[in-house]
Amino acid sequence: MFEGVPIYWFLILTTVIFFIGVYGFLVRKNLITMLMSIELILNSVCINFVAFNKILFPEHLEGMFFTMFIIAVAAAEASVAIAIIINIYRRIVNIDVEKMNEMKY
Amino acid sequence: MINFSYTIWILLIPLIVFVVTGLTGHKFKPIVTGIVGTTGLGVVFLLSVFTAYKYFFVLDKVGGAFQRLLGFNMVWLRLTEKLHIDIGVLLDPISVMMLIVISTVSFMVHLYSIGYMREEKGFARFFSMLSLFSFSMLGLVVATNIFQMYIFWELVGVSSYLLIGFYYERDSAVAASKKAFIVTRFADLGFLIGILVLSYTTGTFDFLTLTGPNSPAFTSGQGIMFLGMSTMTWSMIFVFMGGAGKSAMFPLHIWLPDAMEGPTPVSALIHAATMVVAGVYLVARMFPIYHHEQSALDIVAWVGGFTSLFAAVIACTQFDIKRVLAYSTMSQIGYMMLALGVSGYGGEEGLGYMASMFHLFTHAFFKALLFLGAGAIIHAVHSNYMYEMGGLRKYLPVTHATFLIACLAIAGIPPFAGFFSKDEILVAAFHANKVLFAMEYLVAGMTAFYMFRLYYNVFWGREQHYHHTPHEAPATMTIPLIVLAIGSTFAGFIPFTRLVTSDSIPFEAHTEWGIAIPSILIALIGIGLATVLYRKKTEIPEKTAIALGGLYKAAYNKFYIDEVYLFITKKIIFNYVSRPVAWFDRHIVDGTMNGIAYVTNVASDRIKGFQSGQLQQYALAFVSGAIGLALLFIYLWTN
Amino acid sequence: MTNNQFMFLLFSAVIVVFSLLTVTSRRILRAATFLLFVLVSTSGMYFLLRFNFLAAIQLTLYAGGIVVLIIFSILLTSQINDKLSIPPVTKRIYAAIVAVAGILVCSLTILQTSFVQKTFDPERVNVKTIGQSLLSTGKYGYSLPFEVISILLLAAMIGSIILAKKRKD
Repeated sequence: MFEGVPIYWFLILTTVIFFIGVYGFLVRKNLITMLMSIELILNSVCINFVAFNKILFPEHLEGMFFTMFIIAVAAAEASVAIAIIINIYRRIVNIDVEKMNEMKY
Repeated sequence: MINFSYTIWILLIPLIVFVVTGLTGHKFKPIVTGIVGTTGLGVVFLLSVFTAYKYFFVLDKVGGAFQRLLGFNMVWLRLTEKLHIDIGVLLDPISVMMLIVISTVSFMVHLYSIGYMREEKGFARFFSMLSLFSFSMLGLVVATNIFQMYIFWELVGVSSYLLIGFYYERDSAVAASKKAFIVTRFADLGFLIGILVLSYTTGTFDFLTLTGPNSPAFTSGQGIMFLGMSTMTWSMIFVFMGGAGKSAMFPLHIWLPDAMEGPTPVSALIHAATMVVAGVYLVARMFPIYHHEQSALDIVAWVGGFTSLFAAVIACTQFDIKRVLAYSTMSQIGYMMLALGVSGYGGEEGLGYMASMFHLFTHAFFKALLFLGAGAIIHAVHSNYMYEMGGLRKYLPVTHATFLIACLAIAGIPPFAGFFSKDEILVAAFHANKVLFAMEYLVAGMTAFYMFRLYYNVFWGREQHYHHTPHEAPATMTIPLIVLAIGSTFAGFIPFTRLVTSDSIPFEAHTEWGIAIPSILIALIGIGLATVLYRKKTEIPEKTAIALGGLYKAAYNKFYIDEVYLFITKKIIFNYVSRPVAWFDRHIVDGTMNGIAYVTNVASDRIKGFQSGQLQQYALAFVSGAIGLALLFIYLWTN
Repeated sequence: MTNNQFMFLLFSAVIVVFSLLTVTSRRILRAATFLLFVLVSTSGMYFLLRFNFLAAIQLTLYAGGIVVLIIFSILLTSQINDKLSIPPVTKRIYAAIVAVAGILVCSLTILQTSFVQKTFDPERVNVKTIGQSLLSTGKYGYSLPFEVISILLLAAMIGSIILAKKRKD
C-alpha cells in the first residue's frame, strides 16, 4: 500500500490502458495511429513496473531502471517505425494497413 | 587342397566385357568390339578347361567321390542367423562340366558372330548382350545357393529377351521376345514359390546343405499333407515348373519356336545349348531331393517324355529350318528330363542321371553346330524356308560336311557323340518304365527322320533359282563349325561315367548291345525313310500329308496350343479378370487418391484466408489466442 | 479519501479518458495531442510515486521526443484535414470483445493474487544513486544494459537514417 493506494488500483489501471491500446491496434487503419496505440501499451507496462517497484520492493530500484530502458527502446522503435512508414508512403502514396497485404497466399 | 578362388574370374570377365562394350562399343569400329568379346570368352574358356583339369584330374577324391567345394563364397544378404543369400562359385562335377559346355559354345558363337553379324548396325550391342548372357549363364551353373541361382535365372531370362528382340524394328521379333519373357516369367513364379516353400521348411538356401547327406529336406516338410502330397513334394513340383518354363517343356513350350526370330547365333547359344538346359540342370542340381520325392520325379519323367514325342511330331511338318531345329531341341531336352526322371541315386542306379548329363554335353555340341550351320545356310540363301533351298551341297562344302556330321550325331549313329548319350538314356528308360522306353524309342526314329528330311531338302533335292550364287561362309564362321564338328564326333568317347554321376562316385559303364542295336536300327530306318522321300524331289510327301489329313494339319499348326493360350488370355483372363481389376484400379484406387487430393485442394482453398496478409487479423488471432490460453491454463486446467 | 488516493484517481481518470479518445478519434492530429496528454499524466503518476528523475525522463523523451516525432510523420504522410474512416462494425466488435475479455481475465487473475505490500520508504531517490547504479558493475549495477542500450540507439539511428533517406533514383 503506497500511502493509501493499494497495488490493485495500479494494476487494474495498467490493465485497462493496455487493452485500450490493444483495441486501438486492432481497430485503426492508419499506420501512425497504430503506432500510437503501441506507445500506449508500452506506457502501461512502464507504470506497471514502477508500481511493483514502489510497493513490493521499495528498497530497490530495478523497476525504475527497467522503465528507463523501456522508454529508450520505445524511442528507438518509434524512430525506426516512422522511417519505415515514410518509406512506404513514398512507394505507395498511402499508409493504410489494409493495403499492405502482399505477404499472403 | 587346391585354391579355386580364381574361378570367380570366370564370372567377372564376361561381366566386365559386357559393361565395357556396352558403354563404349559404339565408339570403335565393330571389329574391335568383336575381338574384345571373343577374347574375353576365349580366356573364360581356357579358365574353364584349366578348372576342369584341376578338378577332375588333380584334386583328390574324398570317400571315392569327387568333392563338392566352394571355390569362392561371399555372404551377400543375411536375412536371419541361418538364412542368408550368398554369391559364390560351387564346384561339383555337373557345374564344372557345364562350365566347359557354356564357355566352349559361347566362345564359338562369339567367333561366329564376328562374321555373321558383320553388316548389322547393332554389332556392339549384340556382343555386349552376348557377354551379359554368358555371365548370367555361368553364374547360374556355379550358383552356391538356390537364391543365387534364381537371380541368375532371371538375368538369363533378361538376356534372352534382349537378344530375341535384337531386331527391335520388326514387330514379330518384339512380340516373340515379349512372349518368351512372359512365359518364362510365369514359370519363374512357380520357381519362386518352390524356393520359398523349400527354404521355409528347411531353413536354408544353400545347395551343399540341401543336397548333402544329412539334408534337412529329407526330414522337414514331410508330414504336412496338402492334396495328398507332402510340402516338400509340392515345393519340388513348383521348382520343376520353373525349370519346365525355361526348358520349354509342354505346356510352357510356346515361346521357343517364336524365339527363332532372334539372330541365329543367339539361337545357337541360348536356345539350343545353354539356356534351355537350365531347367534340366536345376533338376540335376536338386536331384537328391527329387529322388526322395518320387512323385515329383515321376512328373518330371512323364512331362519330359510327352514333350519329346509332341515336339518330334510337330518337327516332322515344319518348313522353316530354324523351327525344325527348335522343336528338335525341345524333343532332346525332353529326353534329358526323362532320363533324370527315371534315374535312381548312387552308382549304377544313377545311370539316368549320368545319361542325362552326358546327353546335355553332347547335345550342346551338335545342336549348336546345327544352328550355326543353319545360320551359314541362311546367310548364303537369304531365306529360312526349306522349299526355297535345294542342292546346296555344291556351293557350301564345309557347311554341308559339318551339318551332315551333326545330323548323324543327333540321329544316334555310332561313332558320333549322340549315339553314346542317347543309348544310355534308352537303357535307363528301359530298366525303369517300358512305356516311356517305347515312347523314346519311337522318338529316336522320328528324330532321325525329320533331321534327314531337313538335310535332304536343303542340300539335295532340286536346285532352286537363286538370286545370286550362294557362297560359302567366311572363315570366322566356318572355323566354329569345324571345331564343333570335331566335338560332335569325339565327345562320345569321353568316359563320362567316371566323371559325372549322381553321387559323384565314378563307376564303369558298359554298352548294353540289346538296346543299342535296336536304337541304331530305328535310326537307320528313319534315315532311310527320309532318303526315299526327300533325296530327290518326289510327290510322296504331299500325298502323305493329304492322306493324313487332320493329323497333319494339327501337327503343322503345332496342335493349336498357341491358339488355346490366346483364347485363354484374351477371352477369359482379359475380360473376366483384367477388366474388373483395371476398373477397380482406375475408379477406386485412383479415385481415392484423386479424392484425397480434391479434398486437400478444397480445404486449403477455404483455409487460405488465414494468410490474408492483413496485419490486424494476425494480431487479433494472436491476442485472442493468448487470452484463450491464459483462460485455459489459469482457470480451467486444474491439476 | 487521502490526498494520494485523490491524486491517483485524478491522474488515472485523465489517462483512461484520453487514451480512449486517442484510439477512437477521427482526426489524426487530435489523436496525437490526446496521446501527449496521456503521456504527461503518466509522468504525473511518476511524480506521485516520488520517482522524480523518471518522471523527468518521461516528459523529455516520451512526451517531448516521441510525440513530436509522431507529429512530424503525420505532417509528412497524411492529409491532416481528412477525417479518418470509421472501421467496419464487425472489426470493432471483435476487437472490443477481445479487449474486454482480456481486461476481465487479467483483472480477475490480479485480484486473486495476494501481494506482499510493503510500506513506503520515505527516502528519496536521488540522481546520484541512479548514476552510480547505472555505471556500476556490481550486483545491482546496470552498466551492461547501459552499454547495450547505447549500441541499440546507435543502430536505431543509423537504421532510421538509411531507411528514410531519399533514394537517388
